[in-house]
Amino acid sequence: MNNTLKTRIIPCLDVNDGRVVKGVNFVNLVDAGDPVEQASVYDSAGADELCFLDITASSDRRDIILDVVARTADACFMPLTVGGGVRSINDIRKLLMAGADKVTINTAAVREPALVTAASEKFGAQCIVVSIDAKACGSGRWQVFTHGGREVTGLDVLDWARRMATLGAGEILLTSMDRDGTKAGFDLALTRAVADSVTVPVIASGGAGNLDHLVEAARDGHASAVLAASIFHFGTYSVGQAKTHMRKAGLSVRL
Amino acid sequence: MTVAIIDYGSGNLRSAAKAFERVAAEKTMRTRVVVTAEADEIARAERIVLPGVGAFADCLAGLDSLPGVRAALEEVVINAGRPFLGICVGMQLMARSGHENGSHRGLGWVEGEVIALPKGTLKVPHMGWNELVIRQRHPILKGIKNGKDFYFVHSYHLRCEDEREILASTEYGGSICAVVGRENMIGTQFHPEKSQVTGLKFISNFLSWRP
Repeated sequence: MNNTLKTRIIPCLDVNDGRVVKGVNFVNLVDAGDPVEQASVYDSAGADELCFLDITASSDRRDIILDVVARTADACFMPLTVGGGVRSINDIRKLLMAGADKVTINTAAVREPALVTAASEKFGAQCIVVSIDAKACGSGRWQVFTHGGREVTGLDVLDWARRMATLGAGEILLTSMDRDGTKAGFDLALTRAVADSVTVPVIASGGAGNLDHLVEAARDGHASAVLAASIFHFGTYSVGQAKTHMRKAGLSVRL
Repeated sequence: MTVAIIDYGSGNLRSAAKAFERVAAEKTMRTRVVVTAEADEIARAERIVLPGVGAFADCLAGLDSLPGVRAALEEVVINAGRPFLGICVGMQLMARSGHENGSHRGLGWVEGEVIALPKGTLKVPHMGWNELVIRQRHPILKGIKNGKDFYFVHSYHLRCEDEREILASTEYGGSICAVVGRENMIGTQFHPEKSQVTGLKFISNFLSWRP
């Protein structure tokens, strides 16, 4: 099949009250906590997209992210995905109008699946990403969790992913809660099972610890994109190194 | 020079406006970028940009809901021949017809129709960076090497009936029109405003282009 589409590398920044919680530790940064400056670093480094995860707890401080998104969109001419605490059409509208290209919905999609359809019809499936937090429960089975992995829903991940794609999700951001933060590699069986179950692209997340893990997620997990936080933030690897490594492994990446 | 980016309620146009402003500043061009829904302002602009996100019919309805805008577009683009750039669904609207959620008449500026991406093993939407295959020499592609990546995100594509109007394509389960060109009109299926340095180069070419 003729296809020259590239596997995407997406650095993710956790943002709390408008500040990056864990971010790149480059010496030349004026303000390492400034998400816009961090975003610009990744922009120059050749990241294919950027992801902001807003972890601001207090609801009355949630609009801070809008200013961060707007300033990032003014400075970085690359796709930007924003998620965390998105609950309504109005939340999505505000983020898109601020300059986000895509918005991720997680807990709200479980609570109100019709939100995904409404959002997709209103703004287009291309900007609606459903984020799924998955935990293994027996061999070859995974359950959907919400609230950052604290609450079990009883939903089967494969059924849920298919349903979300049918309802209008344009992409699935799939995080393995078992692997998140472990640096032990992505849950390849999970990633592959989901990627092979839906027609929309799947972003693999949770567990990236080295560059081989990124290769495996795409090659063996069939992911269209890989999301990673700590391996880039702590300067362990650069985006450029990751891409060179992936190309050497036979994957198609944008250099 | 005034560049009018038409705002018909199809998402956020801030990054498109900022990208044009950045390029104009780098070129030290005296350029004013306006995001507008006003027919008068469109009629006065030297360059017109029609963005578009969402479904074909919704975008068309959004455009038609603005009084006088369709007529102003016809006047400046078709009659006055000023440079025009359609982006993503803005490019698709240039077609004779679109077949997303039913069949709808487009602006009819290029011969072709907008149809779903081929069904197969590939993911839809076609989302991410894909290579440009340059098919025709054109000032809009000046300095952009064959094989350069641009950012795409779409589920429908423009099937051009006149091969000569396909300036560049990309490969995704077959050849997909990436840049269409006819006289003073250009359309891109990709998002130049999201394609980092290469995208800004494309925008720069559009601002310098004298069709």
